[in-house]
Amino acid sequence: MSTRLILWAIAVLVLVALPPVMTAIGQTFYIDLVRRIMILAIAAVSLNLILGYGGMVSFGHAAYLGIGAYAVGVLGFYGVTSGWLQWATAIGASALVALAIGAVSIRTSGIYFIMITLAFTQMLYYLGISLEVFGGDDGMRLKSRSQFAGLVDLNDPIAFYYVALALMLLAVFFVYRLVNSRFGMVLRAAKSNEARARAIGFSPYPYRLAAFVIAGAMCGLAGALYANHTSYIVPGLMSWQQSGDIMFMVILGGMASTAGPVLGTFALLIVEEFLKGWTEHWQVILGPLLVLSVIFFRRGLAGMFYKPDA
Amino acid sequence: MPWTLVFEQLLNGVQLGVTLFLMAAGLTLVLGIMNLVNLAHGSLYMVGAYLTLAAAQWTGSYAAGVVLGLAGTLLIGMLVEVVTLRALYDRDHLDQVLATFGLILFFNELVAIVWGRASLYAQLPQFLRGHVELFSGSSYPMYRLAVILVGLLIAILLWYVVTQTRLGMLIRAGASNRTMVAALGVNIRLLYTVVFGFGAVLAGLAGLMAGPIYSVQPGMGELILIQVFVVIVIGGIGSVRGALVGALIVGIVDTLGRAFLKPMLGSMISPTAAEAAGPALASMLIYLLMAIVLALRPAGLFPARG
Repeated sequence: MSTRLILWAIAVLVLVALPPVMTAIGQTFYIDLVRRIMILAIAAVSLNLILGYGGMVSFGHAAYLGIGAYAVGVLGFYGVTSGWLQWATAIGASALVALAIGAVSIRTSGIYFIMITLAFTQMLYYLGISLEVFGGDDGMRLKSRSQFAGLVDLNDPIAFYYVALALMLLAVFFVYRLVNSRFGMVLRAAKSNEARARAIGFSPYPYRLAAFVIAGAMCGLAGALYANHTSYIVPGLMSWQQSGDIMFMVILGGMASTAGPVLGTFALLIVEEFLKGWTEHWQVILGPLLVLSVIFFRRGLAGMFYKPDA
Repeated sequence: MPWTLVFEQLLNGVQLGVTLFLMAAGLTLVLGIMNLVNLAHGSLYMVGAYLTLAAAQWTGSYAAGVVLGLAGTLLIGMLVEVVTLRALYDRDHLDQVLATFGLILFFNELVAIVWGRASLYAQLPQFLRGHVELFSGSSYPMYRLAVILVGLLIAILLWYVVTQTRLGMLIRAGASNRTMVAALGVNIRLLYTVVFGFGAVLAGLAGLMAGPIYSVQPGMGELILIQVFVVIVIGGIGSVRGALVGALIVGIVDTLGRAFLKPMLGSMISPTAAEAAGPALASMLIYLLMAIVLALRPAGLFPARG
C-alpha cells in the first residue's frame, strides 16, 4: 500500500466520521463548513484539470460556478424542483457555455488567454447583474432545495454532507483516471512541450477544448451544489475575484496533483474561517499570505508530500 | 438624435479614454518591458485617489494635495516593487497574477481600515468647478474638460519622452526585445524601476483625477482595471501608442454604448426588453470589441514586438 493511498484513506475516514462526531459534541457548524469546503473543492478539482494538467490559465472559471447555481435557481424560480433536471441542466448549460468560450479562447495563449477568459466571465457577471427578474445585483433566494424524490433529502444537512463528500471523491477519482488516460497524456504533453507534441502528430486544440468543456461541466455541478448549500444565489459567484479564489486554491494546493486542489481548498477556507473569527479585516492578512505563498510555496502544499507533475 | 447630447457623451467618452490611457500606458510598459502582469496597478490608482483626498483635507490646499498624493503613490509603488514584485520577475504569468491578486486584497482592506468602507466625496477646488459653454446651448463641466486637457498633455509628454529621448529609446527597445537590451549593457534593473515608477505616478494621477467624477471607495481600482486590460489587449502590449488609441476607442465605445444603446434598442424592440437588454449589452460591448480585435489582429493594433 503506497503512502499516498494510506493518506487518502485516512482523509476519507476523517471526513466520513466528521458528522457523527460533530453532532455528538454539539458543533454542527463544522458540518456546514466542511460541506462548503468540499463543494468548492469540486470546483478546484475541475480547474486543476485545465490549469494544472492542461496549462490553460483560465481566469474565468467561476463563470461555471455561477451558471450551475443559476440553473438551479432559475429552474426553481419557474417551479421545476426536480434535482435530476436541475443538476443535469447545470452540467449541460455549463458544458455548452464552456464549449462556446473555449472554442474562441483556446485559439489564443498566454496573457491573451487569461484576458479573454476574464472578459467572458465579466460579460456573464454583468448579464447576471442586469437580469432584474432574477434579483439582479442582490441575487435570488432558492425557495427549495433540489428534490431527489425518494433517493435523498437534501434538507437533511448530514445527508447533503455525504452527497457532497461522495461527489467530491467521485470528481477526484474521475480527474485522476482522466489525466492518466491516453487523453490526459496528450493534454499534459501539450502543456509540457507543445512543439514536441505537435511534432509527434497531436493537435492540442481538440484535446484542450474537450478538457475545458469537462472542467466547465464539473464546475457547473459544483455550482448547483453550492446553490443548494447557501440557498441564495448571487452574481458575485461569477466575478473574477471568485475565479481568483479558486485559482488560488489550486495553486496553493499544488498544481497537477490529485490531492492538490482538495488540500488547497481546505487550507485556504480553513485559514479564512480562522481569520474571519479573529478580525473583520481578515483580507489585510490573507492578501500578504497569498503573496508569500506564491513566492515561497512553489510546488504547493501537495509538493510537501510528493513531487507533482512538472 | 439631439446632437449636443451626442457631442457631450463623446466628450465624456474621451474623458474616460484619457483616464484609461493614464492607467494603460503604465501597465502596458510594465507588461511589455518587464513581462510582469500587475493586477495591483488598480490599487495604485485607488491609493492615488485616497492619498490626494487625505492630503488635500489635511493641508487645505488642492495643489498641495495633488503633489503629496502623487509623491505618496510613487513611494508606495516603489515599496511594492522592491518588496514583492522583484521576486516575481522570473516567475510565470500565473504566479504574478495570483501574487498581485493578493496585493489587491491587502490594499483594499488597508484602505478600508484607514478610511472606512463608505465611498468618500472628493472636493473640487474653486477654479475647477462650474461649466463651460462649448457652443450655443451646450454647457460642459469644467472639471471634465480639465481632465481631458491634462490627459492629452500627458499623452504629448509621453510621446516626446518615448520618441525623442534616450530613455524613450531604451523603453521601446526593452518592449521589443528585453534580453537584447540587457545584453547590450543597459542597467535593466534601473530601467525597470524607472518604468514602474512612471506607471505608478500615472496611475495615481488617473486615480486622483477620477476621484471627483466616480466615487472614492475600496475596490475602485478593480472596476477600472478590467477595462484597462481590455485597452492594452486591443492596443497591443508594450505600445504606448496602442494604449492611447485603444483607450480612446474603449472610452468612446463604452460611454456611447451605455448612453445610447438602451434608447436605440427601445426603438427597435419593446421598451421593457430594452430595459433589461440595454445595460447588459452595453456592459458587454467593450469585451465584444476586444474579441473582434483579437480575432482580426491577435497581437493587438500596434504590437511592440516585431
